[in-house]
Amino acid sequence: MADKPIEGEKRVFMTGNEVVAWAALAAGAEIMYGYPITPQNEIMHYWTRLAPKYGRKFLQTEDEISAGFTTIGGVLAGRRAFTATSGPGNTLMQEPMSMAEMMRIPVVQVVTQRGGPSTATVIYSQQEVTMTCFGGNGEGARIVYSTSTHQELFDYTIKAFNTAWKYRFPTHILGDGYQSKMRESLTMYDPASRGIEMVPTEPYVAKGGVPGIDRDPNHLRNTYNTEDELYDVVMGIMSDWEKYAPEIAEYQEFDAEDAEVLIVAHGVVTRAVQAAVKELRAQGKKVGHFRPVTLRPLAEEQLRKRAENAKVVLVVESAYGQLCKIIANSLYGLTTPIKKVLKPGVGVTAEEVVEEVSKLL
Amino acid sequence: MSVAPKMPKCWRPETKAHKFCPGCGHGLVLKALGEAIDELGIQERTVFGCDIGCSLLAWDFFNIDTVQTHHGRTTPVITGIKRANEDVIGIAYMGDGGGYAIGSQHLVNAATRNEKITVILVNNTNYGMTGGQMAPTTLPNQKTETSPYGRDVEATGNPTQGPEMVAAITPDTAYVARGTVANVRQLKKFMKRALENQISGNGFSFVEVLSGCPTNWRTNAAETWKFIEETMPQYFKIGEIKVPGEKKEG
Repeated sequence: MADKPIEGEKRVFMTGNEVVAWAALAAGAEIMYGYPITPQNEIMHYWTRLAPKYGRKFLQTEDEISAGFTTIGGVLAGRRAFTATSGPGNTLMQEPMSMAEMMRIPVVQVVTQRGGPSTATVIYSQQEVTMTCFGGNGEGARIVYSTSTHQELFDYTIKAFNTAWKYRFPTHILGDGYQSKMRESLTMYDPASRGIEMVPTEPYVAKGGVPGIDRDPNHLRNTYNTEDELYDVVMGIMSDWEKYAPEIAEYQEFDAEDAEVLIVAHGVVTRAVQAAVKELRAQGKKVGHFRPVTLRPLAEEQLRKRAENAKVVLVVESAYGQLCKIIANSLYGLTTPIKKVLKPGVGVTAEEVVEEVSKLL
Repeated sequence: MSVAPKMPKCWRPETKAHKFCPGCGHGLVLKALGEAIDELGIQERTVFGCDIGCSLLAWDFFNIDTVQTHHGRTTPVITGIKRANEDVIGIAYMGDGGGYAIGSQHLVNAATRNEKITVILVNNTNYGMTGGQMAPTTLPNQKTETSPYGRDVEATGNPTQGPEMVAAITPDTAYVARGTVANVRQLKKFMKRALENQISGNGFSFVEVLSGCPTNWRTNAAETWKFIEETMPQYFKIGEIKVPGEKKEG
């Protein structure tokens, strides 16, 4: 059996779904649980071809509810376990994700956003932001990385396993159908070759020793008898969330410091916005871009700082205001007006962004 | 001075007396299961998953690592653990609603895949924890909170024949039985054989247990036992339904 999936570094040209499968292998993911849905399928296709060569496992479940709960089982057994889904599958997976949130189970879920609501399209959207960040009957104690390039898909899939196991919050890679299906160049690498140490895993159950004799049994709860008991548990989770949020939050800025128009966008849309900013700057216009890499938690302080100095904030997204809700909430109290370009389920080009910004100046 | 009753070794004495209603059958089911675990010497390797509903009250019952899951989702959680660590003996514990209604797709597919886990399903003909609603196993004409005039089989179907269904969709290496709290000795034997089938890596194992719910049935002790011993077996046949390579009992 081959030892390491990737030795050193390797320049490749491949689809995003293939990238995710390789990244999970490189991260030492031991088992994937999944259920077919487009545009996520090829993550499973590549994983099922590659995994046996490296002693890794796969289970195709009966639906996404089961894929989510079996992934939880894999983590409870102490394995680096993950799943991937999209759209209506993500809807079904909110039930297990809510359990992972409550019990601090470090599952990794890759979401390849497709159009919504309902079955909609199998192509592309940014309409799973609200669901991935805040789905389920909980408070949204989830870490969500919104990637924009294949290199980031590789980097952040590896990072997701480490963030999940370090902080013990469910961690999500929020991609989309464009990223899944298009081919792009990137450098794949063995994490160790870049000094990335994988955070060790540990079992929650069957930890060795006879419970009750050698150690206490581990009785894992998600159900509580009184309001007060639940309050303490949830406040404990949220207090950890608040504590770790600043060190988890990531963002990128492009000419944001002196920007009069601050464009906020995430995921692949940032690529159009980056190109637009370049062009508008060449025209001498003071336009900048703030791109949250983590949608949960958001780099709120930095965003406020930039927004405060801008004359207008322009939110651009392939959804009808899902990112905007998060941004507006974070900017509460500032007087900078928020303008929107909302294109649910449709891609955004640099030309459109240039045009929209030109209307504002 | 009172003498503590004899308990299985793997029970957790600190959490006794247990939390089930007086006259509930769960205690007897868990006694049979506890003794089976003791006799097989698998306490250290066992992971117990409990479903939402009355089954959940077993969450701190054993000196065994235990996971509370969601309604119907114990089968996939235990499946996920077992797939990731084959040394574990995984037991999914649930009621008739969890196994035959909200989690039926998981039971059907885990059985079809012949997952090397053990599912124990307590059939008390109603949803106990939520207040006595009609379950897939409610008997024809039986009154429940959502069938107050009696279960109308024309409108709501007949009681689910769970073990028979599981037997029909599993390969010959699976073990399937239906026991009853009215015969704990036999029930323990079924539990043991089910677990042995998992230990040997043979295949899926499933035991349905006929049990009583005096709280929601609104029955006294005599009526409860009469229902378990005489009425339920008219619809649910007690005995082993599928035994790999062995003669069936019952």
